[in-house]
Amino acid sequence: MLKIENLTVKISGKEVLTEVTLEVKKGQRMAFLGPNGSGKTSLLMAVMGFSDYEVTQGNIIFNGRRINGLSIDQRARLGIGVMFQRPPTVRGVKLRQMIGLAHKGGFDTEKEAAGLGLREFLDRDMNAGFSGGEIKRSELLQLLVSSPQMCMFDEPESGVDLENIALVGKAINRILDKNRNNAALIITHTGYIFDYVKPDAGCVIVGGRLHCLGDPMKILETVKKHGYEWCITCEGKKPKKKSPRPKR
Amino acid sequence: MVYNMRRQKTKKEISEAQKIDIASYGVRTKSRSYLENLQNLSLDQRKNMLSAGVDPSQKARSGSYIQMDHSVVYSKSLYSGLEVMSTTEALKKHQWLDNYFWRLVSVDADKFTRQAQIQPHHGYFLRALPGVKAVYPLQACLFINDNNIIQNVHNVIIAEEGSDLQVITGCATASDVKRGLHIGISEFYIKKGARLTFTMVHNWAEDVSVRPRTVALVEEGGTFLSNYICLKPVRNLQMYPKAELVGRNALARYNSILFAHPGTHLDVGSGVILKAEGSRAEVITRAVSAGGDIIARGRLKGEAEGIKAHLECLGLILSDEGLIHAIPELEGTVRGVDLSHEAAVGKIAKDEIEYLMAKGLSSGEAQAAIVRGFLDTSIMGLPATLQKEIDSAISACEKKAF
Repeated sequence: MLKIENLTVKISGKEVLTEVTLEVKKGQRMAFLGPNGSGKTSLLMAVMGFSDYEVTQGNIIFNGRRINGLSIDQRARLGIGVMFQRPPTVRGVKLRQMIGLAHKGGFDTEKEAAGLGLREFLDRDMNAGFSGGEIKRSELLQLLVSSPQMCMFDEPESGVDLENIALVGKAINRILDKNRNNAALIITHTGYIFDYVKPDAGCVIVGGRLHCLGDPMKILETVKKHGYEWCITCEGKKPKKKSPRPKR
Repeated sequence: MVYNMRRQKTKKEISEAQKIDIASYGVRTKSRSYLENLQNLSLDQRKNMLSAGVDPSQKARSGSYIQMDHSVVYSKSLYSGLEVMSTTEALKKHQWLDNYFWRLVSVDADKFTRQAQIQPHHGYFLRALPGVKAVYPLQACLFINDNNIIQNVHNVIIAEEGSDLQVITGCATASDVKRGLHIGISEFYIKKGARLTFTMVHNWAEDVSVRPRTVALVEEGGTFLSNYICLKPVRNLQMYPKAELVGRNALARYNSILFAHPGTHLDVGSGVILKAEGSRAEVITRAVSAGGDIIARGRLKGEAEGIKAHLECLGLILSDEGLIHAIPELEGTVRGVDLSHEAAVGKIAKDEIEYLMAKGLSSGEAQAAIVRGFLDTSIMGLPATLQKEIDSAISACEKKAF
């Protein structure tokens, strides 16, 4: 569904992604792991077409179509959706308004908002004074109504208390289960969300380069034991600190 | 450098704005006959009035005053305890009204006030008797139907003790009117414990010049809420309404929502003089320039202890051609005054536009949504019924504005 070929991205002239190649197939749930500042969010923003993320090389292909030159809204209308980690506050634009714009019928806004504990947020300005958990649930409510084929979740568990991670996980599953072809790229650096959303593929990004494509749970286990630096060695490079190589 | 150039442009525009040649506008226009029913207005007239918040069907209204050019074509109160008539008629009916006429606004304030005194063309008189609290607003429309004429009106509103009066005034022109000059003298009296919510929507033609001159006097425990909305193109508008809070715990709040199209020059401000202990005031302006110029003034003067007042001006610039010049002024003359101001002028944040685009809105739709949100009338704290009316008037304006 989403193919990223040899993608290099710069922000203000500084390279943040280098020759990244990745494919998320129809129905696949790809875990995207990496330490803070490794380029996870940059990849997501580049796929979506945000203007600060300059693609200097490579292709982004969605459902067989090269989308490099498309605007953000064109990509959204093709069926790519994002759950933002830290979206901006938009004064004067209400959450209900955004739900209404994405509404295709058959969506009970009040009920769905209540299910995510957001009923009283519907008539508030987008993200104004929302807590970390409220932002995540608001983003999920919008994805529930727009129902994109390709969802990119940017650290869905960050800033969310343990009680609410389950709620977030359940909502993600509902979005993805709407159609068996729906695919996901789930960004995380802790992997806590995997207790609720089971990925079927995983990869690691460190320093803007992709490493270690494989079984997401094994990757997570390795990272927990040896840190992200180890992932670099999987590609034949020596780690800075020696540690016993795990059985894989 | 750019800043200096813009300052020069502002001064130039101010001087241009003062160069209105009153003699270039026609003083004669045909007399309009009185209407028994507002539905007898033409479709175009009704449509343009509706865009200024004036509903010819009078649904949810306590009465109406409609003036077309120099003729009063309708005036009627639908609620006992509210008086609606022209000031000409009111001066004949109430001998005491002389004491209210030209009391707050000086005849010699400028050439426009002098013009209104020399050649008056009626204006509305609206009055709520003591203790009367009407649920629905009164509406008044000052309509220019003939091209290139001058309309000089003198309005008086009196909210007697303990009354609660809501007024919507819509100023509009017929669709084929291109040029005109509207001079409006308004004197508002808010007596002890009374409340006046005054909402003015301007829906002028592109080459109409407008000079309202308004002063409100608020007595002890009185409340004056003034809302002003100007979203349509207008050539040149200059107004500086003032409120004098002369009674203890009097309150004044001005909200202005301004949208300047290319070629529009708005020089708009509000001033409040807080003369009595415990009086409070708030002046809030939201200004958007899509290529036109906006000078947003605000002046608060604290003359009594324990007063509190705040001035806020937020400006949004959508085009490199436009200008927003915020001029806040605070003046305290005694100890124990609490005066503050906040002003910010900028463009729409790119991250907000792109965020909304990621939700499927085009760049234009995202900008329009943000601008509409910026001009949100919920800041006005209007009563629910009035809020609904104003929102629909704004929607009608927006269809042409964006």
